[in-house]
Amino acid sequence: MPTVIILGANAGIGRALAAEFASHHYDLILSGRDREELVMVAADLSLRHKVSARPLTADIGKTEVLQSAMEECLNAAGEALEGFVLCAGYLGNPETAKKDLSEVRRILEINFTGSVLALEIAAKHFEQKRRGFICALSSVAGDRGRQSNYLYGSAKGGLTTYLQGLRNRLYRSGVHVITIKPGFVDTRMVFGKGKGPLTASPERAATDIFRAIKKHKDVVYVPWFWRIIMLVVRKIPESVFKRLRM
Amino acid sequence: MNPATSTQKLSGWGRFRTGSCHVFRPEKRSEVAAALASGEQSTYIPRGLGRSYGDASLNENGGVIWPIRLNRFLSFDDSTGEIECESGVSLAEILEFFLPRGWFLPVSPGTKFVTVGGAIAADIHGKNHHRDGTFSNFVQSLELLTPAGELLRCTPANNSEIFWATAGGMGLTGVILSARLRLRQVDSTNVFVDYYKAVNLEDALDKMETSDARYDYSVAWIDALSTGKALGRCILMSGNHAPASELPSRARKLPPGTGNGAAVSTRPKWNLLADFPSGTLNQLTVKAFNAVYYAIHSTAPRQLVSFEKFFYPLDAIDNWNRMYGKDGFVQYQIALPQASGREGLRVVLDRLARSGCASFLAVLKRFGEAGPGLLSFPLHGYTLALDIPVRRGLIPFLHELDRMTLDHGGRVYLAKDAVLRPEDFAAMYPKLDSFRSIQRRLDPKRLFSSSLARRLKILD
Repeated sequence: MPTVIILGANAGIGRALAAEFASHHYDLILSGRDREELVMVAADLSLRHKVSARPLTADIGKTEVLQSAMEECLNAAGEALEGFVLCAGYLGNPETAKKDLSEVRRILEINFTGSVLALEIAAKHFEQKRRGFICALSSVAGDRGRQSNYLYGSAKGGLTTYLQGLRNRLYRSGVHVITIKPGFVDTRMVFGKGKGPLTASPERAATDIFRAIKKHKDVVYVPWFWRIIMLVVRKIPESVFKRLRM
Repeated sequence: MNPATSTQKLSGWGRFRTGSCHVFRPEKRSEVAAALASGEQSTYIPRGLGRSYGDASLNENGGVIWPIRLNRFLSFDDSTGEIECESGVSLAEILEFFLPRGWFLPVSPGTKFVTVGGAIAADIHGKNHHRDGTFSNFVQSLELLTPAGELLRCTPANNSEIFWATAGGMGLTGVILSARLRLRQVDSTNVFVDYYKAVNLEDALDKMETSDARYDYSVAWIDALSTGKALGRCILMSGNHAPASELPSRARKLPPGTGNGAAVSTRPKWNLLADFPSGTLNQLTVKAFNAVYYAIHSTAPRQLVSFEKFFYPLDAIDNWNRMYGKDGFVQYQIALPQASGREGLRVVLDRLARSGCASFLAVLKRFGEAGPGLLSFPLHGYTLALDIPVRRGLIPFLHELDRMTLDHGGRVYLAKDAVLRPEDFAAMYPKLDSFRSIQRRLDPKRLFSSSLARRLKILD
C-alpha cells in the first residue's frame, strides 16, 4: 500500500489528515513530539482502518537532531513512500512574546526554520525519487501581518514564499508541492476564540486537503471561502489597515 | 501543557437546565491531569456528548473536562470481541468500525451518540436490561484519573468499590480515561421484531412478563394520554438479532471475521436547523400523534427491522431536541420495583393523563436484577420514561410524581433528572452513604462537583 509521512500527527489537522489517508488505505508513518500520544493515534488508526501506522518521534523545534529523525521516517517508509505532509506548527502567545524574546525565537523557529529544514530534507529525497508530493500547512495569517499574530504570521508568510520556490524547483522532477492555508479550524489554536460559523472541523479540513493533494492543486485555502476573505483583507490599503484592530 | 479552554453556555439534552461553564478540551491524555492541577477552577466535572438530559454534565461557573478528542481505540481482540478505547469514543464510532466486523454493542441506549465514559458514568441500560443488565456489566476494566491525580485501574475485582462508585457515579469520582469492554457477536445488522398491540397497561405487563425471556430486547411505546379502560395502551416491540441464515438475500449480512461487512453509516439523515415554536408539541398534537401511531401499528410477528431503526430511531434527526422549542423539555424516567410496580405505574400514568401533560414518546420496559453500582438507576421491576415539554407548573407536578414514585419504592434516573429535590433523592438511593464515603476518600480536596451534585446535595 502507498505510504505517507505525517509530521505533526498527534492532534488537530495532522491527526485528522492521518485518519483521512488511512481511510483511503494509505499506510502511515506518524511523527511528532509526544511519543505516548503518537502510539495511541497509531493504534487507533490501524484498528479503525486496518492499515499499518508506525509512530516515530521527531521535533522540528530540535534542529540538531531533525536530520536523523527525518531520515528515520523516510527509511521506514521505504519504496512505498508517496508523500510527506508537514502539519507541525506553533501559534505561541503574543503577549508572552512581547516580554520574552525566547518566545519570539520559538515561534519563528518552529514555523519557519524548523519547518524549512524538514521540507529541505524531504525535498532532496523526493527529488531523487522523481515522484511524489510534499504538502505543508501554512496559514491565512501569512497573507497579511496584523497585530494579534504577526510573529506567527510572518513565519508562515515566509514558509508560503519558501513553498513557492520549492514548487518551482521540484516541478521538473515530477514532485508536486501543495501549500495549504487553513483559516479557522477547530483545533487547540482556535478553541474558545469564538469564531463560530467560520470554523471548520479538523475532519472537514482534512477531507479538503486530501482532495487538494489528489487534484494536484498548488495553493489551497481551507475551507475554500478563505480565499475570498483573504483577497479582501489583502486589498485593504496599508494606510487604512494600520488603523484597524485586528 | 494545559488544554485549550473556552467559556460556554452549556445545556443538557433537554435544554432546560443550562449553565455558563469553563470548558477544557484536552487534545492529549496528559492534559486532563494538567487541567485538574492547574488551579484555574475550583471544581470540575467531565462531560461527553452532552446527552444526559438535565444538569449532570454541567458545572455552573466551574470547570468542565471535555475529553471528546481523547477518542482513540487502543486494542481489539477479534476472537473475543474485547475492545479497549478511550472514554471519548462514542458508541456510534464503535458501531461504525466494529459492526461491519460482526461485533455489536453489549448494551444500546436510545441513542448511539453517547461516549463510553458517559455510558459508564450513567451506568446506562438498554432494551436488553431484563436479560443482560447495564453497560457496566460489560466493562472489564477502566482507567480512572482520580480527583487527587492518581491513575487507578479498576475492575469489578480490583478496586471494586471504586469501580462500582464510578459506574453510575455521574462523573463525580474522577475522569475515566479509558475502558476495556466486551462486545457482542452478531452476524447481521438486522433484528426480527414481534409487535404486540396491548389494549391497556395490564395487558402489556402480562405480555411482557410471559414473553420477555424469549427476547434479547423488549420495549413498549406507551400512549401516555390514554385514560380509563385504555390507560397505558401500548405497542410492545420485542426483538432478537436476526441470524444471517434466516435473512432474505437482499438483507445485509455480516460474515464474522471476514471484514467484508456492509458499511455502517452513523451520520444523521436529517437536521433540525431551528427550534420549533414553543408549544408545537401540545396536548392536541401529541394526542393526535399518539392516536395515529397506535392505529397504524398492529400485532405482527417477525418483522425484519434494521438496527438503526430498532435501537436509535431518533438518531436519524440531528438536534431532534429542538422539536420542543426554545424552552426545552424534561425527560422524566422512573424505576419501580416488581412488587409495587404495577400499582405505581397505574398511579403515575393516571395522574399524568389527568394532568393533560403531553408526553410524546413515553416508553415502558421491564428491568432485570439491579446491579452493584452504588448510584445505578435500574431496580428489578419496571421503568417508565416520559418526555414532557417545559411549561408553567411543570416542576411542582413532577415533584408530585417524585412523591408517588418514592411511595412505591421507586427512584428517578439521574442522567435524565432536572428537578428532583435532595431529600427525595437521598430516600431513593439507599447506597448514597457508601458512595459519599468512597467519593470523599478519592476527592479529599473536593475538586469534583457538578450542577446536578449541588442541586441534589450528592456530595454533602
